[in-house]
Amino acid sequence: MTISNKYGMRGYVEGVGLIGPGLDGWKSSHDVLAGKALYQPQKTSFPAPELLPAAERRRSSDITKLSLATMLEAISSAGLEAANLPSVFTSSGGDGYNCHAINEMLASDDRDISPTRFHNSVHNAASGYCSIATGAMTPSSVLCAYDGSFGAGLLEALSQVAVDNTRCVLVACDTSYPEPLHSVRKIYDAFGIALILAPQQGSQAIAQITVSITDAEASQLEDTVLEALRLSVPAARGLPLLHALALNQANKIVLDYLGSTRLAVTITPC
Amino acid sequence: MTSCIGRGLKASLEAIREQQSGLAPCTFETVDLPTYVGEVKGVDSVVLEQDLAAFDCRNNRLAELGLEQDGFSDAVRRAVSKYGQDRVGVFMGTSTSGILQTELAYRRRDPVTGALPDDFVYAKTQNTFSVADFTRTYFKLTGPAVAISSACSSSAKVFGSARRMIEAGLIDAAIVGGVDSLCLTTLYGFNSLGLLSQQACRPYDKLRDGISIGEAAAFALLERVPEHLDEHAVLLLGIGESSDAYHMSSPHPEGLGAKMAMETALKMAGLQAQDIDYINLHGTATQTNDAAESKAISTVFGSDTPCSSTKGATGHTLGAAGGVEAVICALALQNNLIPGGLNTHEIDPGLEVNYLLQNKEQRITRVLSNSFGFGGTNCSLILGRATA
Repeated sequence: MTISNKYGMRGYVEGVGLIGPGLDGWKSSHDVLAGKALYQPQKTSFPAPELLPAAERRRSSDITKLSLATMLEAISSAGLEAANLPSVFTSSGGDGYNCHAINEMLASDDRDISPTRFHNSVHNAASGYCSIATGAMTPSSVLCAYDGSFGAGLLEALSQVAVDNTRCVLVACDTSYPEPLHSVRKIYDAFGIALILAPQQGSQAIAQITVSITDAEASQLEDTVLEALRLSVPAARGLPLLHALALNQANKIVLDYLGSTRLAVTITPC
Repeated sequence: MTSCIGRGLKASLEAIREQQSGLAPCTFETVDLPTYVGEVKGVDSVVLEQDLAAFDCRNNRLAELGLEQDGFSDAVRRAVSKYGQDRVGVFMGTSTSGILQTELAYRRRDPVTGALPDDFVYAKTQNTFSVADFTRTYFKLTGPAVAISSACSSSAKVFGSARRMIEAGLIDAAIVGGVDSLCLTTLYGFNSLGLLSQQACRPYDKLRDGISIGEAAAFALLERVPEHLDEHAVLLLGIGESSDAYHMSSPHPEGLGAKMAMETALKMAGLQAQDIDYINLHGTATQTNDAAESKAISTVFGSDTPCSSTKGATGHTLGAAGGVEAVICALALQNNLIPGGLNTHEIDPGLEVNYLLQNKEQRITRVLSNSFGFGGTNCSLILGRATA
């Protein structure tokens, strides 16, 4: 195992957002992730996007609602203003239902897809809607690295923190796909993680985080049901990081990223 | 760079010098829309190597076509042997990736079960990561790789992400670029918004009436500034990113986000507005884009700085546009050639910028390129000559 600390990036976690099957917010899921309460999965639910103007609220899809709710929990837990935060949105594929609807129409005799369907098809739809909701005119990076999307987002967010010396919010979300896409991309439910990362240790810092590249094996979760969730939704590849944060003790973990290229993460509580 | 104006830099420069547009009436696939497109000829006949067969789709064929021009793949291999296969990152911009593959697969669904055909490989074709994954696999790299997909700013923003990761010390070099290819989603999608011109697009024209969609593959190899630079080297001097926070498919009417992106790029470069010799506009030829962009430019630069949109030549290559226009800016710097905009007959008097219709040969040292997109995403790049 080779962990190259020489090339690591460092920052501070100031806030966390979490929504997933049976995980209804970071705060209420804290004990489950720390192993103090039983994990009981049930279908993911998320609130209506109240911050969006009525027209946008009507047009927004699950990936937008999930991203906004997860992001807002992290921002409010850190006591920050959303409008001032640069953002990184990462998703393994975006809105599968919208994609299916467009493809179905394009394969039919009537190819006149709706304007809303079309502008919701861009991978940065969640980023765009969230900026409208919060009024953030800050930079927003929108990424995809298939199953490695969480790792890609974490690298991008920490590089902003480390190089541009700025706070940023990382939002990693995935939603499920309908058939026939589900058969070729088996994401069974919606899951999202958001993290506020900062360059300096402020009063709200939860933990220091460092990230570097490694080829070590990925950390697994002891709870087999949570481990199954980690493996089945790309954004959930970040769960070992949340587990480490919930334990609130110094920890070294490895996150899946791209095949045998993984991320070595150290967590040191503040 | 490969687009409808040519394969490779030499052909592209020649087309720019001759003011040739690559746009033509759309005969792509089964599309029945009265519009012009910038189609790259010969994409269908590209054959991917056996070990890359799973990636086979129009977008990755176009990527391979682009990678094999101008000695680019040799330059990458030199960087890989210098730095190591884990120290060269991949940052690819795309908006629709290989979605055409899915569109075609949906025509071949099982009539009973509705299943997609067995030969459809979602992960390696349609998924947004596909072209970054393809590029990483093509060069057998093992370092960081990502697709940046923020609509039409995608392949400008790759420069920002790559720069940060190089500066953070995680990598020593980065393949950056953009690849987007023609598909039904964008053609029928822009048509639904009433944004497709029925003619070859006319940026900044009084009678502009929409975009012409193009396709392209553009790549650049980004490294730290070495001690010694040859005179043709092009430097990334500044990059500015912002969001409109206004509307999903219309720009901020005053161009506020665009203004912020340009100002941030100038600040990072340590330059004043008058230091910029040429602006390659986003210039899509929609009513709203050109109006908002020109307002932002006249606020930041006044009305003297020469500018043009090269989309009259290449079409709007969407997620590849930032990369294509960065390469055009590099060609402009290396050849002291400011490209004039094509297809525009009468510049809209309401747009108070110095829009060039003819090529201009003069020494230029610093240029700015704008890329904006759906969701209100904005990115401005400033490139400069090494010997300013």
